[in-house]
Amino acid sequence: MKIVHTDVLVIGGGLAGLRLAIGAKRRGHDAIILSLVPAKRSHSKAAQGGMQASLGNVAKGQGDNEDVHFEDTVRGSDWGADQEVVRMFVNTAPKAVRELAAWGVPWSRVRKGDRTVIINGQKVTITERDEAQGLVAQRDFGGTKKWRTCYAADGTGHAMINAVADQAIADSIPVHERMEALALIHDGNRCYGAVVRDLITGEVSAYVATATAVCTGGAGRVYRTTTNAVICEGIGHALALETGASALGNMEAIQFHPTGIFPAGILVTEGCRGDGGLLKDVDGHRFMPDYEPEKKELASRDVVSRRMEEHIKKGKGHQSRFGTHLWLDITLLGEKHIHTNLREVWDICHYFLGVDPVKEMIPVRPAQHYTMGGVRTDASGQSPTLKGLFSAGEASCWDMHGFNRLGGNSVAETVVAGMIVGESVADYCDAIANAPTVPMGLVREFVEREQAKLAQFTKAGGKEDASVIKGEMQDLMTAKVGIFRTGADLEEAVDKLQKLLVRSRAIGLRSPTLGANPELVTAYRVQRMLKVALTVAYGAAVRTESRGAHFREDHPRRNDAEWLKRTLATWKGESDTLPTLAYEPLDVGRMELPPGWRGYGAKDYLDHPDTPARQQAVEAIRAQHANDRFAMQAALMPYEHLLPPVLRGRNERIDEKF
Amino acid sequence: MASAPQSHRKLRFHILRYNPAKADDEPRIQTYELEEAPGMTLFIALTEIREKQDPSLQFDFVCRAGICGSCGMMINGRPSLACRSVTQSFPDDIWLAPLPVFELIGDLSVNTGKWMRGMSEKLETWVHMKQEELDFKRIEAPMDPALAEEIYELDRCIECGCCVAGCGTARMREDFVGAVALNKIARFRLDPRDDRTDEDFYELVGDDNGVFGCMSLLGCHDVCPKQLPLQTQIAFLRRKMVAQGTKG
Repeated sequence: MKIVHTDVLVIGGGLAGLRLAIGAKRRGHDAIILSLVPAKRSHSKAAQGGMQASLGNVAKGQGDNEDVHFEDTVRGSDWGADQEVVRMFVNTAPKAVRELAAWGVPWSRVRKGDRTVIINGQKVTITERDEAQGLVAQRDFGGTKKWRTCYAADGTGHAMINAVADQAIADSIPVHERMEALALIHDGNRCYGAVVRDLITGEVSAYVATATAVCTGGAGRVYRTTTNAVICEGIGHALALETGASALGNMEAIQFHPTGIFPAGILVTEGCRGDGGLLKDVDGHRFMPDYEPEKKELASRDVVSRRMEEHIKKGKGHQSRFGTHLWLDITLLGEKHIHTNLREVWDICHYFLGVDPVKEMIPVRPAQHYTMGGVRTDASGQSPTLKGLFSAGEASCWDMHGFNRLGGNSVAETVVAGMIVGESVADYCDAIANAPTVPMGLVREFVEREQAKLAQFTKAGGKEDASVIKGEMQDLMTAKVGIFRTGADLEEAVDKLQKLLVRSRAIGLRSPTLGANPELVTAYRVQRMLKVALTVAYGAAVRTESRGAHFREDHPRRNDAEWLKRTLATWKGESDTLPTLAYEPLDVGRMELPPGWRGYGAKDYLDHPDTPARQQAVEAIRAQHANDRFAMQAALMPYEHLLPPVLRGRNERIDEKF
Repeated sequence: MASAPQSHRKLRFHILRYNPAKADDEPRIQTYELEEAPGMTLFIALTEIREKQDPSLQFDFVCRAGICGSCGMMINGRPSLACRSVTQSFPDDIWLAPLPVFELIGDLSVNTGKWMRGMSEKLETWVHMKQEELDFKRIEAPMDPALAEEIYELDRCIECGCCVAGCGTARMREDFVGAVALNKIARFRLDPRDDRTDEDFYELVGDDNGVFGCMSLLGCHDVCPKQLPLQTQIAFLRRKMVAQGTKG
């Protein structure tokens, strides 16, 4: 049996995994990254529009700071987020942008003086300050009070992962490409690494590590229509789930992005709307102001997606031979702007639609986009129930997004969580007590178990077809666990997914070899994907309220009195067909921003009984520290002790000079 | 309103099959027939062939949106990204082969990742920072906005390998770094955050495996799916490296 030993095993070579590994390595711990694909091909690359950080360099960002970013994020989450984690995040995001700037990310920069922009369909002249010349620029995004989204044209994730992957190469961090983790090795209390399969040779080996980090991104491919890359199959979620010890948090919270191109589902960035693009219906009418007079096209994604589907239901969609869609109009932004700041959008429209967005409207319809839920961790990024298991980025439920994340906050989370959790992992490895006394018998047992499972596919003569089951799962999720959900649909989905899971245990292969074999890969992944899909559908069926992206037509109100809590899903037994759900309450008494109206979307919600008292206490503290926002924040909800010491401290701005 | 059943073309995909891991395998062309669908890309077509006809067929897709660079292959003789190639733009017969130069994994899948990592290690394709200890709490250093755009332009490379596959020199000279690498050197040369000088860059690419190996056939420029200005960049870099080399 081949065994590879390392201090830190990072599963996933996207931005979160890369940054986490760099942090651990710079603290003196060896790290190995496992990646299904070359690191730079990870889905982080697809982030287009930008990364939120409250630098406040542009005129429309003046007055921005951590407090504003914090409130936008908590409102965006529909109060589902962990507010301490949001604080850690917003305070680190500016440092992350500046670190990336030093590592070579070609952030778009501010030009001083007058420039014409499109706001609310009108040409407006903005004057940028002289002292902002050459600093990192920000654009507008949905659900934000200030222009806060830092960007490199519309290839932000691309530019970021180029820089971070190159730093990992500079730091001599090995990326074992085309390697897939099949199981986490653990004894129910502690994680010791993973069983790993080489996708080229089929060889199965063990990677034994002091700390293991799941940074595998989202689970979008459990849906049929998704913006996600084909590798975003939620396998990292499944690895954690299958331990039976670590939990997945809030899996029912799935985001649908308003502007997937129709019908392919490929993303065009929110930056299109942030820069002034409009949503239009079959009559060419701009409909969003009718529904959301305040934020219009730039309400949060969950709200805009729902309004679009609502409008389609009213018969206002455009009928094409592929089905019904709406239009995104960016023609008003002009050729120069599109060719400079939205060039990837232009490419996508050109190649996939044969549309020139300078002259024509883009057919769009909401598509699955983001998995808010994930491996439940504490503020340090470690599983509270399985020692030595960490998670960062989209794969995690850290939990800064709650039930809806804001555009620009996910690519920001990847690097910020990578920075923070990288330090936590290093601390964990530093502690002598954590030096692993690896139970080698356990390692062997796990490897042999996975080998037996693989052999089952090739030898047992099962009759089920893996790709047929996968297709049925994807169709079911898109049809029944989508933007608008009902109890009846969800129960049907749960029932059918359970049946698919049972069928998936009898998958056989037409091409039964253990080496490089795409059919075998589909076979073992689809079993895991079904478990993840069940956490989504079952969590949604049980949650009888609407919160953020989780919208129940039969329970349309947010219900803080009963549902201000995080769903925790575990998978107890190998033969189970349903996850076991438990709930972790969110403590209103400790919230810096008690629950209220988001400023967009539905205005009616049921209050938590503790909210009025906390609201009163918060107002008193605010009045007492009215002149010092830092003292006010510290009195409301201290969080800085949760940050690694190297990442603490205020952020300098033009208007807040050191 | 009932519409007449649409008749679609029958496409024939002729795919170069070979699995080097199988001792008795021989390279061969295998043909698959598939009915064309509206808006069909090679991503959709190959996925359907694998799901319905031949589960052993190997190929690579990740983003399927033309941004990750995984799916470079020879399409009717030309290196291109398969995911954004629509079948509509091809005749009924479509010939697919793996990119040359790179290590073959199987069928249409090649190990561009390994090649690119090797190239990056050799040419140190990262910013060599002037200062190691920067304080990220402080306002970032300003950069000329036009320069940032110029750097981004070159940074758009997706390491798909099409330029290497389309390169005459790379076919003759195993260690030639390729346009992908020369473009990266041009990119870091532009970047004020990188403190390397032309003397340093000359050490990296000032020979026949570097910029002087280029025969100016410029297949790289013609096939680059991101339309990077490779012709200009290689010419410019060569001039700078000549100047450096003749300094004595």
